[in-house]
Amino acid sequence: MIDWLSPQEWMAVHLSLKVALTAMAASLVPGIVVALLLERGRFWGRQALDVIVHLPLVLPPVVVGYFLLLWFGKRGPIGALLNEYFGIVFSFRWTGAALACAIMGFPLLVRAIRLSIEAVDRKLEDAAGTLGANRVWVFLVVTLPLILPGIIAGMVLSFAKAMGEFGATITFVSNIPGETQTLPTAIYTFTQVPGGEGGALRLTVVSIVISVAALWVSEWMARRVRRRFLA
Amino acid sequence: MANVSIRDIKKSFGPVSIIKGVDVDIEDGEFVILVGPSGCGKSTLLRMIAGLEDITSGEIRIGPRVVNDVPPKDRDIAMVFQSYALYPHMTVAENMAFSLKLKGVPQAEQKKRVSDAATSLGLTPLLDRYPRQLSGGQRQRVAMGRAIVRDPQVFLFDEPLSNLDAKLRVAMRAEIKELHQRLKTTTIYVTHDQIEAMTMADKIVVMHDGVVEQIGAPLELYDRPANRFVAGFIGSPSMNFIDGHLDAGGLALPSGTVLPLQVRPALSSDNKLTYGIRPEHLELAAPGTAGAIPATVSVVEPTGADTTLIAKTEGGSVTAVLRERFHLKPGEAVALKPAIHKAHLFDSAGIRVSSN
Repeated sequence: MIDWLSPQEWMAVHLSLKVALTAMAASLVPGIVVALLLERGRFWGRQALDVIVHLPLVLPPVVVGYFLLLWFGKRGPIGALLNEYFGIVFSFRWTGAALACAIMGFPLLVRAIRLSIEAVDRKLEDAAGTLGANRVWVFLVVTLPLILPGIIAGMVLSFAKAMGEFGATITFVSNIPGETQTLPTAIYTFTQVPGGEGGALRLTVVSIVISVAALWVSEWMARRVRRRFLA
Repeated sequence: MANVSIRDIKKSFGPVSIIKGVDVDIEDGEFVILVGPSGCGKSTLLRMIAGLEDITSGEIRIGPRVVNDVPPKDRDIAMVFQSYALYPHMTVAENMAFSLKLKGVPQAEQKKRVSDAATSLGLTPLLDRYPRQLSGGQRQRVAMGRAIVRDPQVFLFDEPLSNLDAKLRVAMRAEIKELHQRLKTTTIYVTHDQIEAMTMADKIVVMHDGVVEQIGAPLELYDRPANRFVAGFIGSPSMNFIDGHLDAGGLALPSGTVLPLQVRPALSSDNKLTYGIRPEHLELAAPGTAGAIPATVSVVEPTGADTTLIAKTEGGSVTAVLRERFHLKPGEAVALKPAIHKAHLFDSAGIRVSSN
């Protein structure tokens, strides 16, 4: 099995999984918070937040990547600050690839969670309040379990988006083998060199296997949650 | 347990005024029913007592404490919802123990209190089931059990029987009443069904269009409705209203019939009055009988116990509930004689004027 893929190919697979899982994990909590704000919040600027969150869905990925380069690059306003105070560098690092993937997948994650929040019967939360629960408890004990299927669906979408992200990643962090070369950029590279068809084909197969596995696992988890929690 | 006092409560959503100044005093241990047609503000008022809705102006006290700005969790209430609001991801036992768990009550005591409540509601065999595995009536009982276990100062019920079928509703009505007699916890119950109100309440608050029309014991509202709205709302079938005017012999109807009155009201401005008589206070008489309303039979509804007769008169349709079984045919001419001492009179503004 190890011999089946070249070291460079293995590196791309490994890096892709690392980037996608990191992107998914890092955007989970902000995704839930933003979904709650958009669905339940009544504050000035909600519409603007909604638009900003959804921008990556409609903008060309290359534009998002270029924006990230401008703001999160080593000399960008945010990138410079993060580097100076926390030593966090995004540009041309795998962390940058994860950031790009997280931002591209964020609207999908938020939409899925928002839909499930919308479906929650507010009376269930009201009842918890009258039974002595404060707002944090209501969320943890009532709302969160009820929106879990939506969260799982959102995580899978975010993961899948990250596995396939190309435009923003290559623009922001380039295509450095072992550092920022993920599956899609590796496949692209193989198609650009003579004799690369074999590598491209093998990585394509790997992509399909990972995607199918992700879908299958999410379905299984969602079914378990639904059977356990929901009527 | 606690008394609840509602002082000049108002509620508006933007420019729309839903509750326009309501005062109600609920004694400790009393079973009070807020009743009225949909949109009268009764559910909003209940949600304001629960703390689920902001109060635009006025004051609500539970016990000695003003609770206007107290969050629901600190009001020491328990609410039962029409949709039951059971947690689908928790078993019956977990649902019922919800408030105890939040309070950090020790496991053993949680178990005991849940099992006590379950025993009293006949839920013991269902404790390990999930709400989706229960029937509507069982879910309703679990919702009540969850409220009982909390042992609150006040129970709030928001149309708890509206999702049940007619037969179950009657059974649950008795069960809730019995529960209240046993626990004696102050209870505020919202319904649009006047029969529920009549059968269960110590005191009924009739609401209409955001104001209180009348507050009183069930039979007081039935016998002495303060106005035409209450008269028409309480009682089934509804009271008959016939417009007429006062003259020498009593109340003259447009048809020329004069209905005798027990007490002749003193009227200041006009002599226009509305005569109100409940269907069960009309008797069948031979056509032409003095003091009886001439009518034509339109529909006869035998229920077995009695017969409901809907008849046309010159002043509109009149319903009578007759104890005996009569063989009446549609189109037949009859007369309906009101029991004089059971009649109600309302002035042109709809306010009750007679006193019997």
